[in-house]
Amino acid sequence: MTQLVDAPRDVAEDPAPPRAGRSRALLGLVPFVLYLLVFLGGPLYFVISGALSDPDGRPTLDNVVAALTEPQYRVAFASSVALSVVTALVGAVFGTFLAQAVLTSRPDSPLRRIMSTASGVLAYFGGVPLAFAFIAALGQTGLATLWLRGIGLDLYAAGFRIDSLTGLGLTYVYFQVPLMVILVTPALEGLLPQWREAAENLGASAWEYWRHVALPVLAPAVGGATLVLFGNAFAAYATALALTSGSIPLVPTAIATALSGNVIAGRQNVGLALGLAMVVVISVVMVGYLVLQRRAARWTR
Amino acid sequence: MTRGRRWRVVVLALAAVYFLLPLLAAAEFSLRTPGGGYGLSNWLAIARDPVLIAALFTSLQIAVATAVLVLVLVVPTAVWVRLRLPGLAGALESATILPIVIPPVVMAAGIAFVQANLGGPVFRALFASSTTALTPFYVVLALPFAYRAVDNGLAAIPLRTLVEAARNLGAGMATALRRVVLPAIRSAVLGAAFLTLALVLGEIVIARILLYTDTFPIAIVEVGRSTAGVAVALSLASLLITWVLLLAVSFAGGRRTRSEGSSS
Repeated sequence: MTQLVDAPRDVAEDPAPPRAGRSRALLGLVPFVLYLLVFLGGPLYFVISGALSDPDGRPTLDNVVAALTEPQYRVAFASSVALSVVTALVGAVFGTFLAQAVLTSRPDSPLRRIMSTASGVLAYFGGVPLAFAFIAALGQTGLATLWLRGIGLDLYAAGFRIDSLTGLGLTYVYFQVPLMVILVTPALEGLLPQWREAAENLGASAWEYWRHVALPVLAPAVGGATLVLFGNAFAAYATALALTSGSIPLVPTAIATALSGNVIAGRQNVGLALGLAMVVVISVVMVGYLVLQRRAARWTR
Repeated sequence: MTRGRRWRVVVLALAAVYFLLPLLAAAEFSLRTPGGGYGLSNWLAIARDPVLIAALFTSLQIAVATAVLVLVLVVPTAVWVRLRLPGLAGALESATILPIVIPPVVMAAGIAFVQANLGGPVFRALFASSTTALTPFYVVLALPFAYRAVDNGLAAIPLRTLVEAARNLGAGMATALRRVVLPAIRSAVLGAAFLTLALVLGEIVIARILLYTDTFPIAIVEVGRSTAGVAVALSLASLLITWVLLLAVSFAGGRRTRSEGSSS
């Protein structure tokens, strides 16, 4: 309670002239920006400088050329892109339907709360626990594998393996769908019931409403979210690391192998160049997301 | 209307199968015994493994340190932007997605370079233990969703009114933040903290590349190489505990808003 009495000193400073007030206000961002600069910008600086120099520190483009042309890295990029595209599309379509299904349930039903918290956990949980849950379900002796064998569908006889690209894709969808639900729910909430009513009054069927009103409005938001899902899968490594211990050629696997450096000297710099290539790919995707996000925001005001 | 309801049932049923089956399978797998029956041997093995318990404590320590740092960085910044720099809200939201652009494996590659090539007391202190080395970077990983969670929480309260009322009563900015704003957004803050916990309990990429192998998720993977059942039990436990914590926060927050709504 004593604080109430002796504190009103800077209230008087509040009506400062606008210009000085703004530059003072910008000072409030210093801790946040400084932290990002040091702990995100720092590592990024060393990735870039290492990617563009040889082990002795002399500038060179050899690492970048190696990262983009050597066959094993081309294979890694191809499978990373394929995995990311497929899981982003599956996640986007299923996630949108799921989000809409949850939104059209009663607002006070526990389904919503369970879905929103579960999306949070599952979208960010990636990593280790997910890998082991899928080993328990679809591994050699997993529950789903046994059930499917019981009804005459032998996955492993058909060539399926949990530590293959297909198995990894099935696992990735597990965090892609919840992330889509999180990203697309605000846009779906922005579809005003009046639009549907107006369309219906003009004689539109449900399909025509979605085709000509809802989908065009949703398109930027859904497209942007799909791009985030792509970046998310492209960057992910923990699940693959726990599930496969490096047997699938993905870009992160290639980076980790190059960094461990016991193959040939100078590989570390190639690893950093691969990292730089990853950053460039994801940056392009995220710029696309921001552009679409701006367009989607038009409808939410 | 019935057609509209039918696709909902199909979607929800499909989601239930896809999302619950791995959890169910994990539960079943964790209860298997070597003899072919069911029992608690995998779960009992957790308590008997001192390495696992130590790793759990290390990771919980990292999680708490990470969550505190994240909130110290995010809450004042998000409040400040909403009150004083609303024009920069978009720019800051873009800044908070920057960590997504730099994948953990790339971040780890940059840090590994520093670890290998730069000396000096500052870096030596930073890389001295898992907690000091990993926490600063896990904070970066947690920023995007923590910022979003806290900002959503702030959007739902009359922030300007609350802060102005507090300041008119003589509170400084820090006091207003701590005693008025923070309690008002506590469910968003707890949500952000528990998502941070989820992140710390699942992250192995940076820890593995920087060779800090005494964290809990890495211990799970190590255990998984010899006894998959124990690793599955641990995975299931950490998933469910985080989820139950979030669910509890969500229900507590929901009840509070509802009762406030009815009393006004």
